[in-house]
Amino acid sequence: MKKIIADREIDVNEEGYLVDFNQWDKEVGRTLAEEHGISMSDKHWDVIEYLQDKYQKEEPLSIRGIKKSGVINIKEFYSLFPGGPLKKSTLIAGIPKPKSCI
Amino acid sequence: MSETTVKQKSETNVKEMSETKVKKMLFILSKGTLENAYAAFVMANGARMEGIESEIFFTFFGLEAIQKKKLEHLHTATVGNPALHMPTMLGGLPGVEALATKMMKKEMEKLDMPPVSEFLEILSDSGCKLWGCKLAVDMFHLEKEDLIDELDGILTIGDFYGRANEEGTHLLFI
Repeated sequence: MKKIIADREIDVNEEGYLVDFNQWDKEVGRTLAEEHGISMSDKHWDVIEYLQDKYQKEEPLSIRGIKKSGVINIKEFYSLFPGGPLKKSTLIAGIPKPKSCI
Repeated sequence: MSETTVKQKSETNVKEMSETKVKKMLFILSKGTLENAYAAFVMANGARMEGIESEIFFTFFGLEAIQKKKLEHLHTATVGNPALHMPTMLGGLPGVEALATKMMKKEMEKLDMPPVSEFLEILSDSGCKLWGCKLAVDMFHLEKEDLIDELDGILTIGDFYGRANEEGTHLLFI
């Protein structure tokens, strides 16, 4: 379905995840973050970049991966993206929700 | 007699309410096999990843998963484990249990499941609370120093029920 994000029409699924990563840019990311009560800092963007990099390399995401990445530690990850951090950060990053149990 | 203790340490904020009806998952781990420990860890971590609070209460043989000297040596049973489809005589031979465990750990590593000590660290950093059962700790004559540093404290079952005092809390026994 279509949703207006940052003044343009973006295709999203029923959970709000972008269907087409090519429609993403920083403004879209920032707007999505604001909808979830997050104001993006440099640290937030570092995480988004890491996630998008993994997505483009088709490597699966896991909480252990976040820890091993060196980009951020887990306590910080949970404080930057409160609630379900991987779910939220992937939504903001414009990539699909991770399909993993870990 | 050791008293029930609750350690204060820098806390991960867990009070972000989950959007689901399940707000908090409490796990009681009573067994010391590899697969039972991992069942508790994966479910507790999965809860945190959904914004659901989670806690694990380690009791009886579950304490093996939080004893510094034992936690990397948890095994899968090869005898009396019909789901493994291995003849009892074979499962009881020397080395078979260690081999089956090694194979299982290899498969888990392929899926990026961390070893026990790393998993406990991740759980603790994610805001999952880890508790030792006072009765079992006393029964096995354990000291605080024998248990992992990430442990949040040693509780009675009554204390643990006290942590279930909110709407949307569920308890699971493993």
